Amino acid sequence: MHYSGFRVIKEALTGHKGWGPAWRDVAPQKDYDYVIIGGGGHGLAAAYYLAREFGGKRIAVVEKGWLGGGNVGRNTTIVRSNYLLDGNAPFYEFSLKLWEGLEKELNYNAMVSQRGILNLVHTDAQRDAARRRGNAMILNGSDAELLDTEGVRKLYPFLNYDNARFPIKGGLLHRRGGTVRHDAVAWGYARAADRLGVDIIQNCEVTGFKIEAGKVLGVETTRGYIGAGKVASSVAGSSSRVMAMAGMRVPIESHVLQAFVSEALKPTIPGVITYGAGHFYCSQSDKGGLVFGGDIDGYNSYASRGNLPVVEDVIESGVSLIPAIGRVRLLRSWGGIMDMSMDGSPFIDKTHIEGLYFNGGWCYGGFKATPAAGWCLAHLLAKDTPHETATAYRLDRFRTGHAVDEKGQGAQPNLH
Amino acid sequence: MLIPHPLLGLRDAAEFTYLGDAALIERPEGDIENAQDVFHNYLFLRDNPAGEHRELWFHEQGDRSWLVVTRNTVTHEIIKAELARDVAIQKGRST
Repeated sequence: MHYSGFRVIKEALTGHKGWGPAWRDVAPQKDYDYVIIGGGGHGLAAAYYLAREFGGKRIAVVEKGWLGGGNVGRNTTIVRSNYLLDGNAPFYEFSLKLWEGLEKELNYNAMVSQRGILNLVHTDAQRDAARRRGNAMILNGSDAELLDTEGVRKLYPFLNYDNARFPIKGGLLHRRGGTVRHDAVAWGYARAADRLGVDIIQNCEVTGFKIEAGKVLGVETTRGYIGAGKVASSVAGSSSRVMAMAGMRVPIESHVLQAFVSEALKPTIPGVITYGAGHFYCSQSDKGGLVFGGDIDGYNSYASRGNLPVVEDVIESGVSLIPAIGRVRLLRSWGGIMDMSMDGSPFIDKTHIEGLYFNGGWCYGGFKATPAAGWCLAHLLAKDTPHETATAYRLDRFRTGHAVDEKGQGAQPNLH
Repeated sequence: MLIPHPLLGLRDAAEFTYLGDAALIERPEGDIENAQDVFHNYLFLRDNPAGEHRELWFHEQGDRSWLVVTRNTVTHEIIKAELARDVAIQKGRST
């Protein structure tokens, strides 16, 4: 069924009896050409592009829970292309371009809103770093504008400009960045993939791999064995657990990141703002809630909840930047599990096991990467060579000395 | 989380900073064969289990001792805390 404004009016006049399920509920077949583990944004996008762009047939996505129940439904919905390093910038720019055309491509309202992202600076050194980053972004085809204090004040008059320790000296504005309705991304890709014949199998947890003579033959699941020509793991957060079933150790630690939503307010914050003196970022959802977050808790965790010291730290940062939110009540907070890699950058690569592919290590930047990660994983699955924007995301890059360390923190996952 | 410090009793985890997998104590010798491989694995491939995990915490806002904490990463329950020094000595390392 094609969605359109006309369709909405027609259904409204006929009692909404014509809407069908957006995707089929299927049982697994005996075998597929491609099995993608993980029905999150990345896995669904990979299945969609594999079928649409690379002519893949007989594709299955297996998901242990329900679609949109993992990190694609737990993030703070920000999309951006403001990276500095050569290994990253083209990839995230590719992703942002795909976001820009996503809704037409999928025939699904994902509420892509390019409302602009402003990274505030508070010192001369930070302004220099912002200028350098902005220049790198422009050179790589993205957009950036360096604002002075008055420029920021025009956009956000309510910030705390005269903080004695951290006065706002300006900011780097990335106008094409913004937010996207996260659940709708999963649903949109699922529906579009389903229409191309992809089998989306929910409540189907992978419990093991069948590997013989260095080649993967299929996956054991809670709904029986599924044979596969090629298998891709796209389960960021649980990558270490899934890859351990294939006998692999990956350069990843799992950490918990918390996020928060306030009660609904009238329109207050038009874009996305990030604090330069503490780790705090904030936007306002279309329902009116302030959506914000900060640092990861900082210790290995598979519990989808964090602890109070980080809650305190995030809210202190928020109130010091936007004193007005001191009176706002918090509606809820939650935690999601991140694959924190050793250099803060992801992996989209083949493994040493023939037919087994890996997409993970997204730290807390996986959501913005969804379309490009899906495209690049599909490219890798179909052609066995990395996509031109994802050549840096190799599993062996620490061995070869090609770490992509955007923050310059070294092999300390909780600092990225 | 409260960490049962072997010398100071229960301390708030916020007083500590976290390093990671306790295997980081066992730094390989630099002059062995395959040193490159061994150091790659030592630095980049760490344990990341869902369940009991042995890990290094530094009591930065306290007595500045390093602890080896055994903690469940699924429930955040802390099972044991030892001085990293004692662990290293048990492994035959000098102080």
